[in-house]
Amino acid sequence: MILSVEDLTVSFDGFCAVDGLALSVEEDELRCVIGPNGAGKTTLLDMICGKTKPSRGSIRFKQHELTDMIEYEVTRVGVGRKFQTPSTYEDLTVLENLEISYPKKRGVIGSLFFVRDAALRDKIDEIAGRIRLTDQLHVKAGSLSHGQKQWLEIGMLLMQDPELLLLDEPVAGMSPRERELTAEMLNAISAGRSTIVIEHDMAFVRMIAHTVTVMHQGKVLAEGSMDEIQGDPRVIEVYLGD
Amino acid sequence: MSAGRAGELGGLLLLAALLAAVPLALDDFRQQLAAKYLCYAFPAVGLVLLWGYGGILSLGQGLYFGMGSYFMAMFLKLEAASQTNTGSALSQFYGSNLPDFMVWNSVEVLPWWWRPFHSLSFTVAAILVIPPLFAFLLAYANFRKRVGGVYFSIITLALAAIASIVIIGQQGYTGGVNGITDFKTFLGVDILSNGVKRVLYFVTVGVLLASVLVGRSLLASRTGKILVAIRDREDRVRFSGYNPATFKAFVFAVAALLASLGGALFALQEGLASPSLVGIVPSIEMVIYAAVGGRLSLIGTVYGTLVVFAAKTFFSENFPEIWLYLLGTLFILVVMFLPTGLAGLVERVRWPRARTVKTPMAAPASGRPAMGEVEPPVEVRSGRPA
Repeated sequence: MILSVEDLTVSFDGFCAVDGLALSVEEDELRCVIGPNGAGKTTLLDMICGKTKPSRGSIRFKQHELTDMIEYEVTRVGVGRKFQTPSTYEDLTVLENLEISYPKKRGVIGSLFFVRDAALRDKIDEIAGRIRLTDQLHVKAGSLSHGQKQWLEIGMLLMQDPELLLLDEPVAGMSPRERELTAEMLNAISAGRSTIVIEHDMAFVRMIAHTVTVMHQGKVLAEGSMDEIQGDPRVIEVYLGD
Repeated sequence: MSAGRAGELGGLLLLAALLAAVPLALDDFRQQLAAKYLCYAFPAVGLVLLWGYGGILSLGQGLYFGMGSYFMAMFLKLEAASQTNTGSALSQFYGSNLPDFMVWNSVEVLPWWWRPFHSLSFTVAAILVIPPLFAFLLAYANFRKRVGGVYFSIITLALAAIASIVIIGQQGYTGGVNGITDFKTFLGVDILSNGVKRVLYFVTVGVLLASVLVGRSLLASRTGKILVAIRDREDRVRFSGYNPATFKAFVFAVAALLASLGGALFALQEGLASPSLVGIVPSIEMVIYAAVGGRLSLIGTVYGTLVVFAAKTFFSENFPEIWLYLLGTLFILVVMFLPTGLAGLVERVRWPRARTVKTPMAAPASGRPAMGEVEPPVEVRSGRPA
């Protein structure tokens, strides 16, 4: 078990966004989290990656207690996060975006004297190929299309090489063709690591998920394979029914 | 990018040539003015790194300029007080060989924190270490708690104001509102002679151009890229595994070091360290030099500082009644029409076509994304360094 969440609770101004949630993810597992709007899915990811502090509960990742750590520390122990809206560094080129995602020498002095060696250059070229941005290496990220930005962000995560990958609606706002390519990329990058994906697109979930967790009002409503979930009357009532 | 880089290098060479020609073209008085203006270019270059690339607006760089100038002035003042010809006359007259303003204020013993400034090596170390160290600790404490943006600007502003008030209030130890002045020698060399002034002018030019080059390599390093990333998306940078607080504190310390260097050279050449170099007004003027020159251009900023001072001198000599209004108008025009300063203007004139290329926006939401149709790498933002 790589990630174990217990009794996780957070409330904002009295509203309990996540309420006593328990969840565990195995190594190499690809877990989809689904649920209606406001179920607390994104808040869950925010708490795992250190962006939001839980009011109660624990999140254990390998031997680390993530609730005691801040964002960059969580990132350094091997948790990668992709945000819902594409978040790349717009004023930097694709190459520079990939380069600063390389998980070595992340201190000031280390970065000051950081040299891009041949191995790193090869790695950047390889990843640029996988995210289909080889020809755009010297283009500023701000000039890319929406879909390309999403891919670049996936590429940045590949550079980072996390053991646990958190993806928040990775295909939102994409064209059908882009979705297809993204599904391929996600299958490739989730190999050999654990992944939690939040997604609304049920066809997409069916395509990638091992296990599905359904959240509702900050709690886990059901957990199981896609078929089990779709047959669960409670799930149908709150989510799939409409 | 290559056009921008080449332009930057061209600007640097042109600047070096211009500055080298100053002593030939101008009289001694003007040359001394130029030297003084160049001292103010140091904090402005620091602001390019800090504000233009790091996104941190400091309204209190006068504090670090002041530290540099006071440390240097303290050394020079102690030398002046201990000299046999002037010092002994004074000490006979006052019955003390303390700096004159201490005598006037009935300070009887040299304060302990003045004593190390008898040593030149301590003074140089103080100029190079204390301002950046102080700046780093201050900035780290704030940025770690995620105090940033305008709140941090106000803190820097307040510190500069406090420093100038303390200096004025502690007259016996600091020389008060008059500052520390009236020293003529540096290690026994007469710093008022024209020959020595010329040497100091070239030292200033050399140190300034070296600072610009160091700034350039800082920006080209991965640290420079991370600074830009922090400026644009600080929250995202945390999820790339960096601690933005250290990077921001680091660039703040670099800017403080540059300001301190400028201040030390200023005191050496102008023979003065005064609270009027420390407070709010000089600090904000430093921001103006950076803004006029172009806050994304290290070299543009040096030009900007010189232009502002040249305008100041020209207006005040020719229109003594209204020169401040004219200067104010100049600032307003720059802010309104040249958001990237003179550097942006030069770039626009030299590469007019780069301006007209539209930013390729997001591809249509449906259908195949326009792969391979992305525009060539042109400078999209108007805020490119020139």
